[in-house]
Amino acid sequence: MGLKLSVLNLWKTYNGNTAVKNCSYSFEPGKIYALMGPNGCGKSTFLRLCALLEEPDAGEINYFSNNGALKKDVGLSRKITLVLPKVGVFNATVFKNAAYGLKIRGMRKNDIEEKVEKILEFVGLTDKKRHNALTLSSGETQRLGIARALVIEPDIIFLDEPTASIDEQNTQIVEDIILKIRKQAGATIILTTHDTFQAKRLADNILLMRNGSFLT
Amino acid sequence: MDPIIDSFRKAFSLIFNLNAELLGIIFLSIKVSGFALLMAAVLGIPAGAFIGLKRFPLRSVAISLLNTFMGLPPVVVGLFVYLLLSRSGPLGFMGLLYTPSAMVIAQTILALPIVASLSNSAIVSVDPIVKQASVTLGATPYQVTMTIIKEARYGIMSGVIAALGRVMAEVGAILIVGGNIAGYTRVMTTTIALETDKGNFELAFALGLVLLFISLVINLLLHLIQKKGIVQTSRWG
Repeated sequence: MGLKLSVLNLWKTYNGNTAVKNCSYSFEPGKIYALMGPNGCGKSTFLRLCALLEEPDAGEINYFSNNGALKKDVGLSRKITLVLPKVGVFNATVFKNAAYGLKIRGMRKNDIEEKVEKILEFVGLTDKKRHNALTLSSGETQRLGIARALVIEPDIIFLDEPTASIDEQNTQIVEDIILKIRKQAGATIILTTHDTFQAKRLADNILLMRNGSFLT
Repeated sequence: MDPIIDSFRKAFSLIFNLNAELLGIIFLSIKVSGFALLMAAVLGIPAGAFIGLKRFPLRSVAISLLNTFMGLPPVVVGLFVYLLLSRSGPLGFMGLLYTPSAMVIAQTILALPIVASLSNSAIVSVDPIVKQASVTLGATPYQVTMTIIKEARYGIMSGVIAALGRVMAEVGAILIVGGNIAGYTRVMTTTIALETDKGNFELAFALGLVLLFISLVINLLLHLIQKKGIVQTSRWG
């Protein structure tokens, strides 16, 4: 069984503006969750808090495995990952970008090559593997962002607006990848989107946010 | 015009006949400046990274000081190192004055602020999203720092090459601390100064041509590195 994420009474404020207000929820392993809501309602902040990129002002974020609650250390942060809306690719080849997560985990070169080849094929970027990642189109960049996250085989993947800046064809490709991740890797996916139809197509559960809180 | 043309002709002859004295001077110049650059890179890149990545009190003062030191007058550096290494100075016991080591120290002081300041500029101009991306992929703080430095590599290399240009062309500091001793501390720039004084223009011209050629190579390298760093991109990522 993968990780279970549970958040309790989460609060986050920036310069007096409350971005996340008293959010509580338990995310079951292996499911796809879609967070929906207007711009500025706190979706991205919620993801960043859950991905341990930022500390909440109040409340708890807990990850559980079969053996109980996990400590918030590098070990845990290597089981979860967030794909940002602006992916943040490195000035290196597509291959090196995809290999980054494995390299920093000290994996052997041969194993890295095998895994990266497989993941680039999965997201349809094999023919671009020697290209500089900064030269990719927006859709390809998004797919590389997902590949880079997937290759480390996380238990939970957070996707912050994975199709916000890409065309219809690439949106379709990214949606197919998301569904395949769940099917093949069994990872929990928590994504944000503005597209109601997309949320319905992909998610097992849809969570609505308004003014920093979940609507129940 | 004749003396000038004649000097040029003799200078070319010295270069193409691989004159031993000329080669010795060129080799020593490259050795001294190369060591100085290595020292400046070893100290300056981490210093630039530290100032670029850490927030600490008086950080802006440190940046201003670095920028000021980029324009340090070589003769002042020479004087400072001379006082440090002279027999009555605090480091006089090391007996380094009028040795190539003293020249390396002086050139390191000249190159260090350039390497550190340009490394700092390159590192702070790395998109903050790169840092976040590496954190989301599970990088430790050390790995995040190394990733940012790697992203800034072309800017850092430009800084190192710019510093090389400065130390290769420098004359004031090494003349003071090296003493311009023939066959021991005499390098290209100090030889040009001396031979011009003596009216021996052919060796001065020959070294001037070599120095110009090295300067051209350095500038070409700089251009290539800067060109490589600018990826033709739509910058989606």
